[in-house]
Amino acid sequence: MQIDRRLASHFDWTLLGLAIGLVLLGILTIYSATYSVTEKQASGLATKQFYWFIVGMVAMLGAVTVDYHHLDRLAYPFYGVVLFLLLLVLFIGSVGGGSQRWLNLGFFILQPSEPAKLAIVLALTKYLQYDEPPDGYRLRDLWAPFLFVAPLILLTLVQPDLGTAIVLSLIFLSITLMGGLRLRSFLYLAATGVALMPIAWHFLKSYQQKRILIFLNPDLDPLGAGYHVIQSKIAVGSGRLLGKGYLHGTQNQLDFLPAQHTDFIFSVFAEEWGLLGCLILVGLYLTLIVLSLRVVARAKDRFGSLLVFGVLAIFFWQVTINVAMVTGLMPVVGIPLPLLSYGGSSMVSMMVAVGLLMNVSMRRFTF
Amino acid sequence: MLPITFRKEVASEFRRRTNLLMTVVSIAFLLLIGRLFFLQIIQGERFTYLAENNRIRLKKIPGTRGMVFDRKGQLLIDSRPSFDLLFVPEDAQEPETTLRRLAGFLGRDEGELLGLLEENKERPPFEEMVLGRDIDWRTLVAVETHQLDLPGVTLRIRPRRSYLLNSMAAHLLGYMGEIGPKQLKAQKEKGYGMGDEIGQFGLERRWEELLRGRTGGQQVEVDALGRRVRVLHEVEDVPGHSVFLTLDRDLQETAYEALQGKQGAIVVLEVNSGAILASVSTPAFDPNVFARGVTGEEWRALGQDRMHPLNNRAIQGQYPPGSTFKIVLAIAALEEKVIDPETQLQCRGSMAFGNRVFRDWKKEGHGAVDLHKGIVQSCDVYFYQLGQRIGIDRIAKYARALGLGEKTGIALDDEKPGLIPDTEWKMRRFGQPWFPGETPSAAIGQGYITVTPLQMANLMATVANGGTRYRPWFVRRVESLDGTLIREYGPEKIRSLELKENTLKHVRSALADVVNSGSGTGGRAKSNMVVIAGKTGTAQVAEMRGAYVKSEQLSYLVRDHAWFVAYAPAENPVIAVAILVEHGGHGGSAAGPLAKKVIEKYFSLQNNPPDSKQAGRQGAIRAN
Repeated sequence: MQIDRRLASHFDWTLLGLAIGLVLLGILTIYSATYSVTEKQASGLATKQFYWFIVGMVAMLGAVTVDYHHLDRLAYPFYGVVLFLLLLVLFIGSVGGGSQRWLNLGFFILQPSEPAKLAIVLALTKYLQYDEPPDGYRLRDLWAPFLFVAPLILLTLVQPDLGTAIVLSLIFLSITLMGGLRLRSFLYLAATGVALMPIAWHFLKSYQQKRILIFLNPDLDPLGAGYHVIQSKIAVGSGRLLGKGYLHGTQNQLDFLPAQHTDFIFSVFAEEWGLLGCLILVGLYLTLIVLSLRVVARAKDRFGSLLVFGVLAIFFWQVTINVAMVTGLMPVVGIPLPLLSYGGSSMVSMMVAVGLLMNVSMRRFTF
Repeated sequence: MLPITFRKEVASEFRRRTNLLMTVVSIAFLLLIGRLFFLQIIQGERFTYLAENNRIRLKKIPGTRGMVFDRKGQLLIDSRPSFDLLFVPEDAQEPETTLRRLAGFLGRDEGELLGLLEENKERPPFEEMVLGRDIDWRTLVAVETHQLDLPGVTLRIRPRRSYLLNSMAAHLLGYMGEIGPKQLKAQKEKGYGMGDEIGQFGLERRWEELLRGRTGGQQVEVDALGRRVRVLHEVEDVPGHSVFLTLDRDLQETAYEALQGKQGAIVVLEVNSGAILASVSTPAFDPNVFARGVTGEEWRALGQDRMHPLNNRAIQGQYPPGSTFKIVLAIAALEEKVIDPETQLQCRGSMAFGNRVFRDWKKEGHGAVDLHKGIVQSCDVYFYQLGQRIGIDRIAKYARALGLGEKTGIALDDEKPGLIPDTEWKMRRFGQPWFPGETPSAAIGQGYITVTPLQMANLMATVANGGTRYRPWFVRRVESLDGTLIREYGPEKIRSLELKENTLKHVRSALADVVNSGSGTGGRAKSNMVVIAGKTGTAQVAEMRGAYVKSEQLSYLVRDHAWFVAYAPAENPVIAVAILVEHGGHGGSAAGPLAKKVIEKYFSLQNNPPDSKQAGRQGAIRAN
């Protein structure tokens, strides 16, 4: 494929820099999170994450190179593959920590719910790429996209992975709203959702119910289910302005923090780098999102606009929920911090996501 | 494919939406940053404290408690290493599961261990709770081998008291126990903490401060599973001081053996200093049981025992002195000149006073009785009359001068004063005058009068040494572990009785004949080794009106208490002894032989001292 020289000149180095910056901070933090005080060395997870970063870079390059207008054709097949993988998980997935979320591919353990986020974005973007009706979509106009998103959400929910299911739902809502769902219809939907919550409560696993109760009252069981939130708040809070220094976060190093290198990686970072570090980290995410929003507004076509919007929704929801969760603003639902948390599936998916942002960004000047 | 471009209106609509989104994103991120500011800046100090609390544990290392030696340097109390089984529920993921497993390994009752968990609910988080004290090696091995299956379970090594005399000196030496909530409140500033051991009784309690040493400790960084990561700070513990007693271990043993199977007390004093050579109270208890941690059941059993094994009868038992009180009467009579030593009074076996008849213990009477005969044969009628002549207030005056009716002031807690009545006391206590009819009883040590064995031993020492009353004491010296003298104690004179030259001479010659004349009541105490002087006493527990009943025929609890008080040698006395056998019957036969045994032991020890140097060296080696 020939690369247009103009494309190269419009290459969005800022987005790339932000992504690489976040990944490197992530690897640094994973190293600290897996560092053993007694053995004076870290496990190999940071190195592994770095390899995934390389894989992610290659995938991102692919996502950048193919003109996003061609992705139109890939959207449904990709959706199909992800749906198939999620069904496989249901039957032959490997179990970890009480839920069945992974596929063991031998060389690699895949978590299909990560690419599922991209699948939803692509499929919805494709469906909504035509101009919306002048007075917006009604709910009944959107039965088709709802029908193909629902299985992904349900399959994630039964794993059980409440966090990802919530993120998938939020992405769906965000894109349809952006794509022209009538506000009144949205409110109907929201009201129905709230009305269904007591019913949904009964479908939650008891540990999930516990987490929500704990969120409402963390002192309910400080050494049991409330332990994670309390220890995480202690870690974040004790970081104070400047942090305890790299590899010196006691909450982290002495293993008081749960899931240090995955869902609670922000707490590790906050403890060691303090508020100042947090402002930089959150600032990086904010910049990424704001730049993407600019792309949304300036893209020359609806497809590109919605695509970027979908990707930024992935980032926005995961970052806000994750940080809110580890700082005790929301119940613990198990959502990784994109580009920072350890995990190959998440890393590659998010790098591809960034690739898509850059793809649209650099092509906003061309036709 | 052809790109589908925006129509103009739609593009501007999208722009409007992005502006709205920008607001939403800004609000969300502001919220997050606000939250971080709240946690890290406003509450930062609090969370820093909590983080420190999480990672730093204080490991207390109590200083090895001081050892206790007898007068010859023989070890009485040692401290040996022992293991306590501890549990920090916060360090176990599932405390109940761990305890169930532990119960399985140890063969202990599950419910009991889980009950402990409930009991310790109010303990501060991460503070250890004690599952077992001084565990046996079997438990130790079981816990060590299954350490990995028992998160939160740890062992603590700590010095444990070992009482080499077992129950023989239990009341004097006392025992240790876990500090109670009230004690903890009172002693907090002295550095005591939950689960600490503290002297609870006897020497261990009264000399706690010197014996205790200083608790050291380590500030240890631990990880989330409570595993030690490193020591941050260390304060050296300081061992307690060694205490050297005036007690003689061998004599104490003999005295204890003499009282085996009986309830009572024996006190042996040095006549010229008031130093205690032996002090026994039976039934006793084994302080080693307390050292390993007494179970609730054992404690209840001790507390509810009708024989009251926890009472130190030597200082807490208050008994009518019976005929031993005649010594006081004799001194009072001579000093107040109500009689001459030669004055003879008639005894016909009883004396009528008012509408009452006071009997003599000898039904047929003693005939003509002077002071000497009165004491030697313990003639009640003679002393009834003496009592009447002296009067209760003067009797009380001399009794008190001899140390009765008030605490001796020995350095032990809960000493009882006994009771010496007089007219003022009677009025205060009952709102009634003293009736003359009450005096005869008082004259032979019955009625309201009570004394403790220690008081009687001290009284005999005072009589023996010519009228000097010392405060009984038993700690001679306190040394630090390296031998530096910390404190030294000596005799403390409380009072010198200014008695006439002959008063004690008459009394003492009579006391010698009580034992040695052949006609005295104390013949059973006569020794071939040393000349013993003494006085028998038979204290009525229940008043037997009308009939002569031999004490031995009465049921146990109403049987008389047997007294024998003595000193030896009769000339130039060295030791004084008081022996009380509860419900022992007649003083001369029940207590006299015991006095002989104890006194002979003392003098045989003087003639063939055990290799005291070696004993001392042994102690010193253990001390290091």
